[in-house]
Amino acid sequence: MFSRVIRTIQLGLKSLLLHKLRSGLTMLGIVFGVFSVIAMLAIGEGASKQAQKQIVALGARNIIVRSVKPVEGSSNDQSGGGTPRYGLLRSDLRRLQKTIPEVVSAIPIRELNREARYRKFTMQSRLVGCTPEYQELNQLRLSKGRFISDSDRASRANVVVLAHEVAVKLFPIEDPLENRAIQVGDIFYSVIGVTEPRNASAAIGGSLSGQEFNKDLYIPIETFRARIGDQVYTPKQGGMDSEHVELNQITLEVRDVQDVIRTSEVVRGTLEKFHPQKDFAVVVPLELLKQAEQLRQIFNVVLGSIAAISLVVGGIGIMNIMLATVTERTREIGIRRALGARRRDIIEQFLTETVVLSGTGGMLGIVLGLLTPFAFRMIRSFALNFVLDPKTLSDTSKMFQEMQPEVAPWSLPLAFGISVGIGILFGLYPAQAAAKLDPIEALRHE
Amino acid sequence: MKMAAQVIDLQKHYDLGPVVVKALRGVSLDFPEGDFVAIMGSSGSGKSTLLNLLGGLDRPTSGKYILGGEDVSQMDDTQLSTVRNQKIGFIFQSYNLISQYTVLENIELPLHYRPGHPKLSPADHEKCERMAQRVGLGQRLDHRPFQLSGGQQQRVAIARAMMNDPEIILADEATGNLDSVTSIEIMTLLRNLNDEGRTIIMVTHEPDIAMWAKRQLVMRDGVLFKEIINEVRTTPQSALAAKDDKAFVDDEVAKAALAALPKTASADPGVGAGPGTGAKKNDNSSKK
Repeated sequence: MFSRVIRTIQLGLKSLLLHKLRSGLTMLGIVFGVFSVIAMLAIGEGASKQAQKQIVALGARNIIVRSVKPVEGSSNDQSGGGTPRYGLLRSDLRRLQKTIPEVVSAIPIRELNREARYRKFTMQSRLVGCTPEYQELNQLRLSKGRFISDSDRASRANVVVLAHEVAVKLFPIEDPLENRAIQVGDIFYSVIGVTEPRNASAAIGGSLSGQEFNKDLYIPIETFRARIGDQVYTPKQGGMDSEHVELNQITLEVRDVQDVIRTSEVVRGTLEKFHPQKDFAVVVPLELLKQAEQLRQIFNVVLGSIAAISLVVGGIGIMNIMLATVTERTREIGIRRALGARRRDIIEQFLTETVVLSGTGGMLGIVLGLLTPFAFRMIRSFALNFVLDPKTLSDTSKMFQEMQPEVAPWSLPLAFGISVGIGILFGLYPAQAAAKLDPIEALRHE
Repeated sequence: MKMAAQVIDLQKHYDLGPVVVKALRGVSLDFPEGDFVAIMGSSGSGKSTLLNLLGGLDRPTSGKYILGGEDVSQMDDTQLSTVRNQKIGFIFQSYNLISQYTVLENIELPLHYRPGHPKLSPADHEKCERMAQRVGLGQRLDHRPFQLSGGQQQRVAIARAMMNDPEIILADEATGNLDSVTSIEIMTLLRNLNDEGRTIIMVTHEPDIAMWAKRQLVMRDGVLFKEIINEVRTTPQSALAAKDDKAFVDDEVAKAALAALPKTASADPGVGAGPGTGAKKNDNSSKK
């Protein structure tokens, strides 16, 4: 039995090699079909892995509550005049900490975009008032010095930890830790630490873009309150913009992953009582993760279907050529039948040929597919170097910059199976047509 | 005498919609083992239909066909395939070799379709080579058909027909595409096979060729018209002698004399006894 399969395959290969160009061209359809299946799935997989990484960076056990500036008009009635007042309050922080037992810790942040300056070097950065827990929460690693401490908080010390990019920009030559002080606004802070570079996390509701940790300046939140205060003025075209915000974000850590979703409901309920104008947003990374998973599945289905179409087109190509082959080899079929080949033998012969054709195409497609990540990187670096200006890229295309296509291992047997399946599906009709030929007619065929 | 093949009241009708063509209207024939029969007849006489039925390529409308002691007339397609493989050796006018295969592969082909599809054994390979040598192609095993002359291709076909030791060998105008010298070669080969006890049934419309057989069956209008026993058969020696005679005639006699030639030529092979002398009417035939 086995030797017979081998012999049939040899026979198939032989007659395919007889028409190398024709077989090659026919195979191309399947090659590209399989290649696109694998490539599409790899790119989809890469994109979703990237998104997942960003979401995981937010912490699966965390609930993030952010202040959101309400739409103009709805906030006016409360602030009653010039300075809009919105967002999370310190009283919210205390309330969430004390009333929800599942909450292990609550870490507040106050943030503001400000220009940092050291001598002639300046940089637009994000001034973050935070607590020592912030470091662990965001998995920040220090390359030099230390993070802010509780005693810094207690003493409201003017100390700052620089994010990697800021440190590089402001201190291209000097060591930032050697008693250097940077200026933000009109206040000087002495540098106590520098972080390692860190990847951005996913965009979350309430903040416009994904959190980029590389342009941050970390100071104790008490220092922020004492030196800058809740009411801030930002220079704006034609005057000053002012707003009153106590806290920009509270990150709540929940004891157990299973409680996260439920706790987030409780948090939302608690806050809604005190914030009727909805000036906050609750973000649950776990939820995002689930959404991302769903999105990934949809993504895979869509990309997969596109690739499947090309496979079907390839299959039709095979069927077409096999029908032509059957006509061309009618006489051979007649000879074989006269010499004792059963209908089944003829079907087997032609089916093997199509399956060998599509299977070989599938293998080549898989080889091409495995090269996708390299090809993608090459195309990307070419695009970034010569075609696109990285500065003008939006956040989405930043994702494109960082993403790594990943060939999903399961997509290889899938693609090969599909290509063989296509061979059988589209080979069946020509093979049956061949087997149905009347041997007498077939022998008479010129 | 043991029968290699036997047909009893064989009928074959083709339903063409408005008309039913009765290609065979009841033919009964016996082919004892070791027989050498030439089936003659003009086109439309039903000889091709008879050959297709004898070859197991088609099924009769009615009647029996017993091949090697087995009634094959009502077999299904798969069974008939096995019968063709095991009991029938085909030799065609146009050789019908598979062009992309070598001589050896063509000869091997029937072995691949043996019942159960056993793998070719070393003995099988040896047999193939022996057969190729037998037909004089031992040195050309890896040639392809287009590298061979017509006569050589037909010899490959004969070797192929012999591979499964068939009950009968069917030759359909086996020499139709060959020149006279090559025809003699091929007929000599068939004659030798017959002398070894092979049963050969050939269809031909060339009287010279028919004279190689032991007897001639003449078909007309779907029935057996007459049977002729070749009391003096053409032998390789007589054929060569006759060919030389013909060549002599061709060379010597003027074109005007050519008109008379067919008569002479047809009389030539059986110098001792013309086709008519040994003729005997078959009981089954002649409704005319």
